[in-house]
Amino acid sequence: MALIYVENKAYKVEDGQNLLAACLSLGFDIPYFCWHPAMHSVGACRQCAVKQFKDKHDARGKIVMSCMTAAVDGVRISIKDPEAHAFRAAVIEWLMLNHPHDCPVCDEGGECHLQDMTVMTGHTRRRYRSNKRTFRNQDLGPFVSHEMNRCIQCYRCVRFYRDYAGGRDLESFSLRNQVYFGRHESGILESEFSGNLVEICPTGVFTDKSLKQHYARKWDLMTAPSVCVHCGLGCNTIPGERYGTLRRIRNRYNGEVNGYFLCDRGRYGYLFVNSPDRLRQPLQRRSRNAAPEPVSVEAALAKVEKIFSGGGGVVGIGSPRAPLEANYALRRLSGPDRFIAGQSDVDLALSRVARQILSEGPARSCSISEAADADAVFVLGEDLSNFAPRLSLALMQSVRRQPLEGLEGIPLWQDAAVRIALQDQRGPLYLAMPAPTRLDAVATVAYQDSPSGIARLGFAVANRLDRNAPGPETLGRDADSLAAEIAAALVGAKRPLVISGAGLGSEAVMQAAANVARALAGRGQAPGLCLTLPEANSLGAALIGGGGLSRAVKAVETGEAATIVILENDLYRRAEPLLVERLLAAPRVIVLDHLLNPAVERADMALPAATFAESDGTLVSSEGRAQRFFKVMPPGEGVRESWRWIEAMALAAGALESPWGTIDNLIRDMAADIPALAPVGEAAPGEGFRLHGQKIARQPRGYSGRTAMNASVNVREPRPPGDPDSPLAFSMEGFQGRPPAPLIQRYWSPGWNSVQALNKFQDEVGGPLKGGDPGKRLINPAASGGSYSVQFPEPFVRPEGEWLIVPLYHIFGSEELSAFSPPVMELAPAAYVALAPDDAAGLGARAGSLVEVALPGGTLRLPVRLIDSLPEGTAGLPVYLPGLEGIVSPGEFARIRVMKQGQQGLT
Amino acid sequence: METPLTANIKPGRRPPDIKAYRKAGGYRALREAVLKMRPEEVTQTVKDANLKGRGGAGFDAGLKWSFVPMGEEASGPKYVAINADEMEPGTFKDRLLMEGDPHQLIEGAALAAYAIQADVAYIFLRREYHLSARLLRRAIAEAYDSGCLGQGILGSEYSLDMHLHISAGRYMSGEETGMLNAIEGRRANPRAKPPYPQVSGLWGNPTVVNNVETVCNLPHIVNNGADWFRNLSLTAEGGTKIYGASGRVRRPGTWELPMGTPLRELVEEHAGGMQQGYRLRGIIPGGASTEFLTPAHLDVKMDFVSVEAAGSRLGTGTIIVLDDHSCPVGMTLNLEQFFLRESCGWCTPCWGGLQYAVELLTGIEAGAGRMEDLDTLDSLAAMLAPGHTFCALAPGAAEPLGSALRYFREDFERHIRQQRCPWSS
Repeated sequence: MALIYVENKAYKVEDGQNLLAACLSLGFDIPYFCWHPAMHSVGACRQCAVKQFKDKHDARGKIVMSCMTAAVDGVRISIKDPEAHAFRAAVIEWLMLNHPHDCPVCDEGGECHLQDMTVMTGHTRRRYRSNKRTFRNQDLGPFVSHEMNRCIQCYRCVRFYRDYAGGRDLESFSLRNQVYFGRHESGILESEFSGNLVEICPTGVFTDKSLKQHYARKWDLMTAPSVCVHCGLGCNTIPGERYGTLRRIRNRYNGEVNGYFLCDRGRYGYLFVNSPDRLRQPLQRRSRNAAPEPVSVEAALAKVEKIFSGGGGVVGIGSPRAPLEANYALRRLSGPDRFIAGQSDVDLALSRVARQILSEGPARSCSISEAADADAVFVLGEDLSNFAPRLSLALMQSVRRQPLEGLEGIPLWQDAAVRIALQDQRGPLYLAMPAPTRLDAVATVAYQDSPSGIARLGFAVANRLDRNAPGPETLGRDADSLAAEIAAALVGAKRPLVISGAGLGSEAVMQAAANVARALAGRGQAPGLCLTLPEANSLGAALIGGGGLSRAVKAVETGEAATIVILENDLYRRAEPLLVERLLAAPRVIVLDHLLNPAVERADMALPAATFAESDGTLVSSEGRAQRFFKVMPPGEGVRESWRWIEAMALAAGALESPWGTIDNLIRDMAADIPALAPVGEAAPGEGFRLHGQKIARQPRGYSGRTAMNASVNVREPRPPGDPDSPLAFSMEGFQGRPPAPLIQRYWSPGWNSVQALNKFQDEVGGPLKGGDPGKRLINPAASGGSYSVQFPEPFVRPEGEWLIVPLYHIFGSEELSAFSPPVMELAPAAYVALAPDDAAGLGARAGSLVEVALPGGTLRLPVRLIDSLPEGTAGLPVYLPGLEGIVSPGEFARIRVMKQGQQGLT
Repeated sequence: METPLTANIKPGRRPPDIKAYRKAGGYRALREAVLKMRPEEVTQTVKDANLKGRGGAGFDAGLKWSFVPMGEEASGPKYVAINADEMEPGTFKDRLLMEGDPHQLIEGAALAAYAIQADVAYIFLRREYHLSARLLRRAIAEAYDSGCLGQGILGSEYSLDMHLHISAGRYMSGEETGMLNAIEGRRANPRAKPPYPQVSGLWGNPTVVNNVETVCNLPHIVNNGADWFRNLSLTAEGGTKIYGASGRVRRPGTWELPMGTPLRELVEEHAGGMQQGYRLRGIIPGGASTEFLTPAHLDVKMDFVSVEAAGSRLGTGTIIVLDDHSCPVGMTLNLEQFFLRESCGWCTPCWGGLQYAVELLTGIEAGAGRMEDLDTLDSLAAMLAPGHTFCALAPGAAEPLGSALRYFREDFERHIRQQRCPWSS
C-alpha cells in the first residue's frame, strides 16, 4: 500500500498504479481520453493533468499527467488547483478546435465521453474562429461506421485494434492535426474484435453500424443484464431495446469473464431477434399433411392441455442453446428417462467427457481472465478465433506474461514503454490444429496435424511430463522434439494453461489435454484447463444430463412415447436427415423455437419461444459458470418463454402439481432435484430483491415518449408490463442507482454518461465489480483428481481414396442463431471443401474447382479451397455454413471426385 | 586559436579519405582507446572534459553514457545512435562536419560506442543531406576495409557495426526518441521518458543518442586530454563550438570558435555585421526552438549556462538574425507553421495548441486579428511548457512565440490596430 495525498488529505492506495487509476478508484473525477483501464497509459491526450507538489511546503508545484505519474508513497497532488484546472480546460479547447459539434446528429450523443469530459472541465465558450480540418470517411464493412471529422486523436482505436487485439488493417496515418485513423483504403475491418472500437472510441468516430439501422439514444433504450448466446464462453452483455426490437449489444463488464471486450459475433449476432424469420405466433396443423395455420396463444394452450392431459409418454428433446430452466422444465415433463440432451452423438459424448474431466480435476477450469494471465499455453485442436473468439483475445494477452515478468524498471501501466521494451518477445503459446488459424501469428509454434496426430502429441507431452502418463513412444516427423519443447515450456511456467474442447469432435484430443493437465498437477503445478464447447449452455446441458438421440428414436418407434417435444433445437443441424425423419414420425411433434427452421416447419405444433432478450434464465459457460440473463423486453403477444409453455404441458400431464409461476420457483425445484445445479439460485438476486423498496428500472430516467410512443395504437398510457421473474421493472420508475453486479442494466453515473461510467461500478478501475463479479461456478474439481486416460489413438492412416473430414469453423456463419443476423452473414464465406494443395493436385483439382464430396449423410458439390499445411488425407469442411447444416460430422470419411466439365454448372 | 573540429576541412576541397585522415592523426584516438583504455576510462575522460551535448540540450555527454548498464550482466545488444537529422531551422553545423570530415564523425561515433560497449552504431541522417550520405557511405566502407569498424577493431577484441540510416524526412525524426522509433520503422512519435534510451532504447535495448558535433569532439579529447579540451573554451563548458549565422548579415556562415564566444563578436566580427541599410532587431540564438534575444543581449557569452541566464537557450548555437525590414509577426508565424507542420500529432497541446497559434497568427498577419487574440497567444505560449507536453517540440515552438510576444508586442498590436501587416506593401 502507498499513502498518497490528494488536496492535502491522505489516502491509501494499492501499490504499482498510476495516479489517474488510483484517483479514479478513490472516486475522484479526473478527465481523460487516451488512458483505458485495460490498455493503460501512454500520455498522449494530456487531459488528466494535475498539480504535483514536492511536499506540504511546496506552494508552486508543477503540472504532471496523472496517468504517467506513479502513485508512490508520499505523492502529493491537487486536482482542483486552478492552474491544473485551466490547463485541462485548455486541452479540451484544443481537442474541440476541429470537432464538428454535430452532437444532435451523432450516434454517440448522450453517451459520449468527449461530451462528458468537456462538461467536466468547464470549457463552455468557443473562441476559435478559423476553419476546421476535415477528412473523408471510409466504409469499414457492416459493423462499424466511420466519421473521422469527430476524431480527437487519442489513439485508443489503434492501440486496441493493433496492440491489444493483434489487428493489422487499422492504422494512424499522416501527422500533426491531421492524423487519420482508418484503413489504407475502404474495406471490411479484418479483426473479429472490430466492434469494440465502438466502445473504445471516446467520441463518435467509430459507431455501431447495426444501431444506425434503427437508431435510438442511450436514454431511450430499455436495457437489462444479459449473456451472449453465440458461443460457449458466456460473455456478459447489455442489449438495448426500443419499440419491441433489439437495437444493439453493449459489453457488460465481468472482470472474470469478458472484461471490457466482446467479439463481433457476440456484438452483432443479436439481429436474429428482430429477424423476419421469427416465429411470432403459434402454428398448428389440423393433420399431418395440412399446412400449418397460425392460432392464438389461448387456442394453443387449450390444445396443449388436450394433448398432455390425454396421457401417453412424452419424449423431451432439450437444447444446449436453451437455458437450464427450459431444459429442466422439459425434463420434468418427460421424466429423466425420456429426456434427451438434444445434441449430436459426438457433441453429447464430448460435453459429458468435458463435464467429467472438469469435475474430476485436478485441474481447475479457467476463466477468460485467468487465461489472459496464463504464462504458457498449449491449445489442442481448438480454432479459438472462430470457435471461442473472446478466449483468443485473452491468449493474445497471455503471450505477454513471461516477457512482462522479466521486465525491470518500467511500471506495467506505462504501456508504450512496456511495448517498446518487450518488442515482439512472446511467451510460450503452442497451437496444434489441423489448419492454420489467426492465432498462429502470436504462437511460438503452430503445429498442423490430423486430429489423431494432435491427440498423440498431447499424450506424448503428458508422457514427457510424467513417465506414468501413457503416451506414444515416438511420434515421428519433428513432433518428438516439439513434445519435449512443449513439456519444458509448461514446466517452466507459473500458471500453465491447457486448452482443448469440442471443436474437432475428437474425444481423444480432449483426453490428451486432460492428461497434460493431470501430469502438470502431478508435478505440483496448478494448471488451468479450458474445454471450450460449442453452445451457450453446452455444459449446462451436460449437467442436466439426458440421453442420446437414438434413445429418442427408440422411444418413438416402440410406441413408448406418442408425443415428442423439441426445445429450441433444429435437429437437422445435429443429426443425419434420416434419423431426424424417424423422430419426426412420432404421432405428435411439438417444437418450441425462435425462428422458422426445418424442424419448426415439420412440427404439428410450433410454439414461439422467447429469445434470450425476452426471457430469463441461466446459462452455464464452458468455464462452468452459471450466469443469469434477464428479459430486456417482454415477449411479444404470441411469444412465451419456453419454460412457460412447458409448464403448461407439465401441469396438464400431471408432471407438475402446481404451477411454478415464477422462474425462482422453477430454479428452487431444479436445485433440489439436480444436486450439480444446487447453487444456480445464487447466481443473481431473486425476484423479491428490492433496493430502497423499489425494483430496478430497466428504462433510464430520461426515457422519452412513455406517454406517447404507443399513441398511434392507443392514446391511453398503458400500464407497464409486470415482471414476476426478476427484480427488474419494465419502467423508468424504480431504482436508478448502482444495483448489485448481476443486475447491472447499464453504466450511468452523474457526469458520466458514456460506457466509461463503468469506473463507478468497480471497487478499483479495471478490477472486479463492486460486490464481486457475477456468476456462480458450478464445477469445482475434486481434490483427489482423476486418473489418466490410457487410450491414445493410432497414427492417422488415410484409407485409400478417402478423406478424413475435419471441421473448420467460421466466426461468421458457423453458429446457428447469428446466422440470422444480416451483417454477420455478410461476412460468412460460401461453402467450400478445403484440401491440401498436393491432395488437390492428386485429384486434378485446383483452387475453385468443383468437386463432388460423398459423405455418409449425403453428397455435396463444393468448390475447392486450398489450405497449405492441411494434413494429407484430410478434407476440411466448414461447419454449418449455408448448405452444410447437419452435414459435417467429424471423424467420418468422404470420397471426393472432380466434376467433369459439363457438370460444373450444376451447383 | 585551435580549431580541432575543422582542422581537416578546407573550403572548396574534397574531404580527406581514410588515408589522408589517418595521415592527419585520424583513428589514433580510437586505436588508443580500444587497445589501451578501459571503457570507463573513456567515459571518465569525457566527463572530465566537461563536454556538453551539442544537439541543443547541452546535457553532459559523459554523464549520459554513465547511465548505460555496463558489465557482463548488462542486457544487449547495445546501440549508439548518432543524431545527424539536422532539421532545426537555421542550423547547418553538422552538415559542415559531415561534408568536411566524415571520418572524424565515424571515429567519434566509434569512441562513443566503445565507451558504452555498444555492438551497433547508427548514423541517422537528414533526408536532404545527399552529399553527406554519399561521403559517409564511402567513409564507412573505407573504415570497414581498414579495420576501423567491424570485427576486432584495429586489432582489439572490440567489434562494432555501423549503419547509415537515412531519414524519411521529418523534424520529429530528429527528436531523440522519435529517432529511435524511426530507426525501428515505426511512426516517429516520441517515447515516454523514463525509461530513458540508455536503459530501454532501440528495440528495447540500452542506447545512447549523441549529436554529430558532440562525438566529433571525442577523438580530440582522447588524443589531447580533458584539460586541453576545457582550456579551448572561454568559459567553464569545454571545447570549441561550431557557431553559425543566417539572416541579413554581411557574411552568413559557420565558424569554429571557443565555447563562450560573445554574441556580439559572432554578429559583428565573424558574420560581418548587418547588411547595408538593415538594423538588428532580434536574434534567435540556437535554432528555431529558442527564445528571441534582442540587441540588448549582444554581450551574452554563447554557452549553455550564459544564454540560459539571458532568458533563452544556446540550442545549436547557430543564430538567426531578425532585421528591421522583416515583420516579426510574419517571422513568428513562419516558425509556428514549421512546428505545426512537423508535429507528429501525438499530444494534444502540440497538434491542437499549435494549430490554434498558427490560425491566430495567420489572422493577425492577414489583418483580421483582435486584441484578445494576444492574450490567447500569451496563454498558449505559457501552456505549451515542458512537462505539459509529451516531448520538447511544442515547448520549443512556444519559445519564439512567447518571446516575440514579449519583445515585439507593439508590432503585434500595430497589426491589430491597423488590421494589416505594416511591413506588407
